[in-house]
Amino acid sequence: MTEFIQQLINGLSIGAIYALIALGYTMVYGVLRFINFAHSDVFMVGAFAGYYLARYLPTATFLGGLLALLGAMAICALLGMTIEKLAYRPLRSRSTLTVLITAIGVSLLLQNAGQRIFGANPKSFPKLFPQQNFHPGGGLVISSDQIAVFVVTLVLLFALRHIVMKTRIGTAMRALSFNPTAAALVGINNDLVISFTFALGSSLAAAGGILYALNYPSIDPLMGTLPGLKAFVAAVLGGIGNIPGAALGGVLLGLIETLVVACGGSTYRDAVAFGVLILILLVRPSGLLGKMQTEKV
Amino acid sequence: MLARSQYFLLAALAVSFVASLFSRSINPYFLDIAVTCGINITLAISLNLINGFTGQFSLGHAGFMAIGAYTAAMITTTLGNKLLPLMGGQTWILFPLALYAGGLSASLAGLLVGVPSLRLKGDYLAIVTLGFGEIIRVIIQNIDVVGGARGLIGIPDYSTLFWTFGLAAITVYTVWALVHSTYGRGFIAVNDDEIAAEAMGINTTRYKITAFVVGAFFAGLAGGVYAHFKQYIAPQGFGFDKSIEIVVMVILGGMGNNVGVIIAAILLTILTESLRKFGDYRMILYSLLIIVLMITRPQGLFTWPIWKRKSA
Repeated sequence: MTEFIQQLINGLSIGAIYALIALGYTMVYGVLRFINFAHSDVFMVGAFAGYYLARYLPTATFLGGLLALLGAMAICALLGMTIEKLAYRPLRSRSTLTVLITAIGVSLLLQNAGQRIFGANPKSFPKLFPQQNFHPGGGLVISSDQIAVFVVTLVLLFALRHIVMKTRIGTAMRALSFNPTAAALVGINNDLVISFTFALGSSLAAAGGILYALNYPSIDPLMGTLPGLKAFVAAVLGGIGNIPGAALGGVLLGLIETLVVACGGSTYRDAVAFGVLILILLVRPSGLLGKMQTEKV
Repeated sequence: MLARSQYFLLAALAVSFVASLFSRSINPYFLDIAVTCGINITLAISLNLINGFTGQFSLGHAGFMAIGAYTAAMITTTLGNKLLPLMGGQTWILFPLALYAGGLSASLAGLLVGVPSLRLKGDYLAIVTLGFGEIIRVIIQNIDVVGGARGLIGIPDYSTLFWTFGLAAITVYTVWALVHSTYGRGFIAVNDDEIAAEAMGINTTRYKITAFVVGAFFAGLAGGVYAHFKQYIAPQGFGFDKSIEIVVMVILGGMGNNVGVIIAAILLTILTESLRKFGDYRMILYSLLIIVLMITRPQGLFTWPIWKRKSA
């Protein structure tokens, strides 16, 4: 039983990270209707931003950890806006396939530029937050890094909810995802809103990157691919374009993956997510919380 | 009386046969590049049927290639000793049989991928095919008989210029003939407008699956030739990068433009070789190429108005 609860906690913490990345996919899909393949590499850049920022900050303190987190989020927000402006904006009216291929190109560019700039060898990620293991009884162990994951994720989720539901720009985002043409007609600056969406999604990815690196402290320029793909699966699982769905999907996927690993399927760990994806697309392509859309001619 | 395209096929087969007789006198480095070109042409053209002509974006082509490569290699390495004496020690009987088995098992995988693809479009299909490719890779990594992550060694070197370019010629001919047949117009119809095609009574499901099965079959054959050329295969060699490489060939050549795709496959193979000395910068250039190409010339480098599909 203890073992089970322990696995549940581990699953929740990795699931929370997937949820943070999945939000970026789902928001970009909401406004632009395409999969931002480069998102997983923004996640990687986030982790590296944290790595380099940590050199100038006191490590293993709350303040230092928080500053590294916010700094990395700001850097990735800028990166996301730049990518959108240079690579995706010229393709605004083209077919999804063109944009998808461009996104793959951007992803490869970030990976390979990363290997050139950061070096291809894995680096060990510093301890940003104070290290302590908590024993809530029954033989359970929760590390402070796991607590950081839960706290940061919850805070970011509530902040995101506030931005999307209560602010003007959030309302504009929702309007845009509902109908871009109509949104433009009522005076919404679509380019600005899309840019903002990328900034928001990329900063969440950066937070996810740092939290991931705290729990799996070996980072390299290719680290984004697998968590990115899994987060995408999480977004589809929850219903792509649906913000609460992405969070739910992330947590569920984290739990499923951890339980499969705990049941002895550790070598198949990376295939689990794709199995889930294929299953969900076959059974309920619109995802758990998504609405079915009928195609109109 | 043969059709003109069939003369082309026979001529290509004859040329590759003659060329393979002189392969000993060719510089091994150039021979290596030439064989890689042939394999890449086969892969790119078979993907062109799925991506270009039928418009089903697939990112898992390397997975089909892996299945073909492993099946063929397992047959020649483990069963080769028993089968060869039965065939009088003639490798030219064993090799095509092994290739064929590889192609068949790959097309079975194509069937598996094709079935969910009925319900998916565009981005989703791309991700699912990517997922299938990864699953295939992970499964191979976990099978100890085929060497797991260490890879499979000691594959006999049966691949010659004749097999590589013969296969490339047959692939090009088959895809060309298929798409230009009365039946094959359905592929293009699915690509142009799926709903309209369905309203016209075309069984779009069937066409999509056919495209996947045929495309996967030839990718499997290419995998078999690749395995018997490199004499060593490892699951890492059939990852996402390889799939992307093939996709880029199709995009660069122009979706649904066979001539363009062949040129692009040759060009990219040579480019990859010549950029090797730049090391890390090679992939950076490669990715920049994709982005710039998509923004400036999404129809591909080699699609000009005169080459547009006639009466398509």
